Amino acid sequence: MSNGGWTGTILRVDLTTGRISKEPLNMEWAESFVGGRGLAARYLYEEMDPAADALGPDNKMIFATGPMTGTNASTSSRYMVVTKGALTNAITTSNSGGHWGPELKFAGYDMLIVEGRAPVPSYISICDGDVRICSAEHLWGKTVWETDDIVREESGQHDTVVTCIGPAGENLVRFAAIVNDRHRAAGRSGVGAVMGSKNLKAIAVRGTGGVPIADPQKFMSAMWEMKSKLVEHPVTGEGLAAYGTAVLVNIINESGALPTNNHQVSQLEGADNISGETLADTRLVANKACFGCTIACGRVSQLPGEAQDKFTVTTRPHNWKIAVEGPEYENAWAMGADCGINDLDALIKANAMCNELGMDPISFGATLAAAMELYESGAVTDEQTGMQLNFGSGEALVAMTEKAAYREGFGDELAEGSKRMTAKFDRPEFFMGVRGQEFPAYDARAIQGMGLGYATSNRGACHLKSYTVAPEILGIPEKMDPAVTEGKAEITKIFQDATCTVDASGLCLFLTFGVGLDEIQPQLEAVTGISYTVPELLEVGERVWNIERMWNQRAGFTGKDDTLPKRLLEDPIPDGPTKGEVNRLGEMLPEYYELRGWNAEGEPTKEKLASLGLA
Amino acid sequence: MAKSLRIIPEKCTGCMQCELACSWVQTGMFQPSRSLIRVNIFDEQASYAPYTCFQCDEAWCMTACPVNAISIDADTGAKVVGDANCVGCGLCTIACPFGTVFYNPDTQKAFKCDLCDGNPACAVACPTGAIEYTESESADWLGGWAEKVNESYLQSIEGGNAA
Repeated sequence: MSNGGWTGTILRVDLTTGRISKEPLNMEWAESFVGGRGLAARYLYEEMDPAADALGPDNKMIFATGPMTGTNASTSSRYMVVTKGALTNAITTSNSGGHWGPELKFAGYDMLIVEGRAPVPSYISICDGDVRICSAEHLWGKTVWETDDIVREESGQHDTVVTCIGPAGENLVRFAAIVNDRHRAAGRSGVGAVMGSKNLKAIAVRGTGGVPIADPQKFMSAMWEMKSKLVEHPVTGEGLAAYGTAVLVNIINESGALPTNNHQVSQLEGADNISGETLADTRLVANKACFGCTIACGRVSQLPGEAQDKFTVTTRPHNWKIAVEGPEYENAWAMGADCGINDLDALIKANAMCNELGMDPISFGATLAAAMELYESGAVTDEQTGMQLNFGSGEALVAMTEKAAYREGFGDELAEGSKRMTAKFDRPEFFMGVRGQEFPAYDARAIQGMGLGYATSNRGACHLKSYTVAPEILGIPEKMDPAVTEGKAEITKIFQDATCTVDASGLCLFLTFGVGLDEIQPQLEAVTGISYTVPELLEVGERVWNIERMWNQRAGFTGKDDTLPKRLLEDPIPDGPTKGEVNRLGEMLPEYYELRGWNAEGEPTKEKLASLGLA
Repeated sequence: MAKSLRIIPEKCTGCMQCELACSWVQTGMFQPSRSLIRVNIFDEQASYAPYTCFQCDEAWCMTACPVNAISIDADTGAKVVGDANCVGCGLCTIACPFGTVFYNPDTQKAFKCDLCDGNPACAVACPTGAIEYTESESADWLGGWAEKVNESYLQSIEGGNAA
């Protein structure tokens, strides 16, 4: 029995009936799935029919912390939103930092399960044991930042932390995000649209309790050891702190792996204009950390006077005078390189608007990139778009950010995501993604392992489920050749499993640039009082990966969905250092299935499930 | 020369490691609501500022205490609440002009920074060096900061008049 880490209590709110209940955490599941992404997947598998409509009342949303969340282990800020994605119809696991996850823990809950649909716009207010469903009719239509201010004011407590949706979530934009602390987002797969479909505007939390530790002495020593390693590592100690995640722009561009113009080419001219280095030189005003984070990769930028009036968004002019967060690497890529844009000010504005209006900048940027290709190929006209949508247009980017969130004009097409949009305009081949979700910022033709990772990712194309960019480009922990397929099935499986474990712990995946399960294991053990070996932790990850896979099977996905768009499989990169490359998924996928203990159709075998305790 | 806590807000990233460390000392749990150092986050100004008792010379908390429960630690110079004497009336929390003396609802007594007997956990935990525990002539380092704020305020008024 554990005496640390977990609070041992789940909060359940049924929005249809208004019933609020507190129930004991299933400790058997907690031990075998740890928490966060893993534990939430176990509950979702048990409780919900995966075939249910993502935007219907039968979809459930689980906001889950891990046993490390709220401790002083570095990067202990994370919580996961696990639900059926509005963009993908697959299980999704969207992760966010900031202060909301720890605050839920301090209020006394490991997880919040939200069910049903509120009859009127509502928000949930949690202050320790006092939980209420409040009217949000006065908040409907408000931006994330306005909602944050008003809900905190209404709580009467300075330290209340708010997670909420903006207009994009209300308008069921397929890639709407849930945003906490104004700028931190459970960003991808449309979790914000699911929240909007439930008429749930916000969840405010204030917690005054604490997180106990089972073995304090052991924990302190392991915790300091990991912090020292993070400081000493060049990525977590220097690169991310100095330049943020956008330090990758120049590295990935020079590697010929920066997808540009909707993946038509793999290098952006003038990429340095949107790099972390240029950001630090010209627009950065502070580094900002999430709760407990000793890395502080978060960027805070501000437009100088002359840049404030660039691009014609006339609403909310105050926003261009204040400090805003971002842009991060993924956003700089999606709204930058993928749209052929190398103007940093356009990215700062569009990124801030995505945070303010509650939208995933990756899927939005990538969908705009697909729209630009539709436009340049003549599949949509000026009349339909209402403005010129050429690659490279910062003006189009900033204008369309607002239009998509409000579903105004052509924004209504963008709001469906690029798979639905390109299908509607008869160019499905322009959709660059997997399981309905747009790719992130790495060209799978230039980095073979990423192709396998994208194709098999349970929540659709994602860089955060098996970041083999680390070995293939950055040489962490050891350099692998990005152009070969040999060994990629094995490394992808290991990365997927290990990532599940990190996501279950409540820690941030970014610490794995500098440390691994070897450093996490003693901390997790000391926090929970439950002994885990490193192989057992990898098995936890494998268990999580398989239960997500089984969930998706019940939602209707098969091995046929483990694929990539034709452009990546058949159209070679036309130029640059990776010229001539395609992704050779076929060389990796069968080996991957075999290593996973799945059959040739990509289904987990009975033996595999039994060995993981899932049969 | 006595050591004192010195805070350099420009170096703070808002990570809350100081609050976590302080609450651990206070309660044996990670419980920021019981931390005696508080980080204020001003998003629109990109400003994050840890804030705690800097053991000021005037010590209004001591003056206000009706039962002489607050004394000066001979080694560190910290103003320390003696739990045995404190009756939990809260007058010190009102008297402190900086808002850095708190009431603990669990113990029903006042609590404030006691410099951890000369090894402040917040300074040890801070990953960016925004909290230092160093020798200084006077604990009143806020004076210079206040002067700076005042100066920029006067400048902004002058600028306003010029316009």
